[in-house]
Amino acid sequence: MLTHLRPALILFAILTLITGVVYPFAITGIAQVAFVGKANGSIVTDAAGKPIGSALIGQEFGTSDPASAPGLVKWFWGRPSATGPVPYTALNLATGTGSSGSNLAPTNPALIDSVKARLAALDAADASVGIVRVAPDSTSRATAVPVDLVTASASGLDPHISPAAAEYQVPRVAKARGLTEDAVRDLVRQHTQGRALGVLGEPVVNVLVLNQALDHTSR
Amino acid sequence: MNDPTTALVPAPTLAAITGSGVLQLLIYLAVLLALVKPLGWFMARVLEGKAGEAPLGLGRALGWLERGIYALGGVRTDGERRPVETGWKPYAAGILIFNAIGFIAVYALQRLQHVLPANPAGLGAVEARSAFNTAVSFATNTNWQGYGGETTMSYLTQMLGLGVQNFLSAATGIAVLAALIRGLARKSSSTIGNCWVDLTRSTLYILLPLSAVLALALVSQGVVQTFRGPQEVALAVPLSTADGAVVTTQTIPLGPAASQIAIKQLGTNGGGFFNVNSAHPLENPTALSDFLQVLAILVIPAALCWTFGEMVRDRRQGWAVLAAMLAIFVPLLFATYALEAGGNPRVQAIVGVDGESATAPDALIGNMEGKEARFGIAGSARWAATTTAASNGSVNSMHDSYTPLGGLVPMWLMQLGEVVFGGVGSGLYGMLMFVIVAVFVAGLMVGRAPEYLGKKIEPFEMKMAMVCVLVPCAIVLVGTAVAVLIPEGYTTSNPGPHGFSQILYAFSSAGNNNGSAFAGLTANTPFYNIALGLAMWFSRFWIIVPVLAVAGSLAAKRVSPTTSGTLPTHTPVFVLMLVAVVVIVGALTFVPALALGPVVEHLQLVGK
Repeated sequence: MLTHLRPALILFAILTLITGVVYPFAITGIAQVAFVGKANGSIVTDAAGKPIGSALIGQEFGTSDPASAPGLVKWFWGRPSATGPVPYTALNLATGTGSSGSNLAPTNPALIDSVKARLAALDAADASVGIVRVAPDSTSRATAVPVDLVTASASGLDPHISPAAAEYQVPRVAKARGLTEDAVRDLVRQHTQGRALGVLGEPVVNVLVLNQALDHTSR
Repeated sequence: MNDPTTALVPAPTLAAITGSGVLQLLIYLAVLLALVKPLGWFMARVLEGKAGEAPLGLGRALGWLERGIYALGGVRTDGERRPVETGWKPYAAGILIFNAIGFIAVYALQRLQHVLPANPAGLGAVEARSAFNTAVSFATNTNWQGYGGETTMSYLTQMLGLGVQNFLSAATGIAVLAALIRGLARKSSSTIGNCWVDLTRSTLYILLPLSAVLALALVSQGVVQTFRGPQEVALAVPLSTADGAVVTTQTIPLGPAASQIAIKQLGTNGGGFFNVNSAHPLENPTALSDFLQVLAILVIPAALCWTFGEMVRDRRQGWAVLAAMLAIFVPLLFATYALEAGGNPRVQAIVGVDGESATAPDALIGNMEGKEARFGIAGSARWAATTTAASNGSVNSMHDSYTPLGGLVPMWLMQLGEVVFGGVGSGLYGMLMFVIVAVFVAGLMVGRAPEYLGKKIEPFEMKMAMVCVLVPCAIVLVGTAVAVLIPEGYTTSNPGPHGFSQILYAFSSAGNNNGSAFAGLTANTPFYNIALGLAMWFSRFWIIVPVLAVAGSLAAKRVSPTTSGTLPTHTPVFVLMLVAVVVIVGALTFVPALALGPVVEHLQLVGK
């Protein structure tokens, strides 16, 4: 037994040094030279150099009650987020919270309630600028709602929505900002990323970057 | 209630499967298989090489380090720099002691992190039972996580504790496999290798170089790699909390993530740097980073099949085992995709599904709750099947929110014993135990003495193989049964049968060293920390020891000559036999439990 202890301890110590110190430090060193922006969180700054977000981490733009926050209808909304205490909390050491999905089962009534509430919020935002999604004499919808707009993302920080989900919001954003739908649609198209290498993943729109570009246009 | 919206909703159909989704799965399989031969060849050279020598110039670069470790550790090599080998008992003792040291180190780091450096967020010591659970979890290559990374572990604990175990537990798997392969390849030998040499060479020449390449590729996609503390940024729109406080900033967690994520995938560990693992945009930012990571999960387990064929000097044997793994994996991969693409009928009834947007090429169709937009349904389902086929356990979507049957598939892939690819090394040595069972059953059917690679399979090997097959099954079922009988087990977050599924999934994951979760279950409790900790420990080492015992016993046997009566083990018939044994054991053991959870939930979902 003791004859094993020496090689075990020596191996453990040296391999710990190599894989736990040399390796991460070497990778950090190279990363900080070769990919300095990406290695540090893809932070976006404004003209004054103030950090105003990460290009990879979404922010909350939606609202459940457009009457209380009428200013929010002029933004594109991202995926619903299940983080606490507020949506899109990437780190809150005081509450010990960060990235999180809802983990609601498909049969959980709470899931159905949240989907309904998100849909009602979207409809209310549309109604506040005069867009009618559901005719008063009917409960059927003119167009289906893109499912990514009413379901929580896995991370609670998803920066993207599908192009279909952006298109769904184009009329509202255009009306709220006094822009033509085509102008807004153009902007969406400019900020749509196709599949990686043409085949991998899904085409997406970065909501934070799109909204920042929108502010530039309509200012 | 007569709800007219339901009239718009078609039943979930296969129509939701898209050409691009299928193409993504096919590309994945093609790239994976293309890497099997070159990587498998390379690993065989590493495992059979002399001290300080390795292919591709790695021996010249790192050979001095290897020889230095042996000199300091007193690991002896002979005049030709071949390691001095041991029998299976010293080999097993070495592996156990080495892993016990790893366990102690990770536990100590967590308990002392508040007084140690590299803790820019100022995190406190980890609670004792949680630290026990995590230390077992990372020492056993499971990486079950009862905690959230960004809010619990300092950078030092992540690097020096968790990151190191990612390497060493994977090296342990490769070492044990190498010993078993030698047992099969040798005749009348009293030794099966030198555990220190196998551990060192697997780490230095296989895991380290692959991780360095992958880590840098991931940083280029946006995975963070820094020692800076969290970064505060201004929110575009201020938010208010439930109690009226106004939030104007967002805190972006950072850290040396890429280096750890690379080995977490390559070593089939799976432990995330951040809470939501590879669903986190800073851990897996793009579709390309997603592809590289999901490829890294299976590449070593798949290539080890080639290594096996190479080392037993009969490549057909490696192909046969790989074929059996693929025969189980590929249908389940496509099934997961189809089931998730079908979507949640209750959600579809609310949002409506009409002809126009359902066919819009850029719309996401299917069960998107708990999935990221950039990965979509195909990328998420591909990961779910892969991570549970391998004993990886990292996730890029929340399995808890999968459709009942879409979640059943990953759960069953774990319950099959993590032998369909499985963990690095551990998947193949587990599968070879099933091969022994299959050979034995086939021998009974045709009335011949069972043999594998010329070695007679006798009662001792059969008993050890059965231990390996049955230990995880027993741990999963007994653990689940205990949890549902006591109030401490009910920390489930979802009502009805899905709550039972959450518990069953937890023990399936821990009892097979996977590490993924139906994450709504609150597992950071004294009961789950201890119960799952014990499950992980026993399911790892109660398999490693019998496997090594088989290795020792087989090595000592003579090779009987091949005759016309020998059952060939490289033919499609034998592959089918092996698949049948794995599937039948997995089905007979777990169908009753699965019926109580996912199957009932599915009936609730599709029924009225």
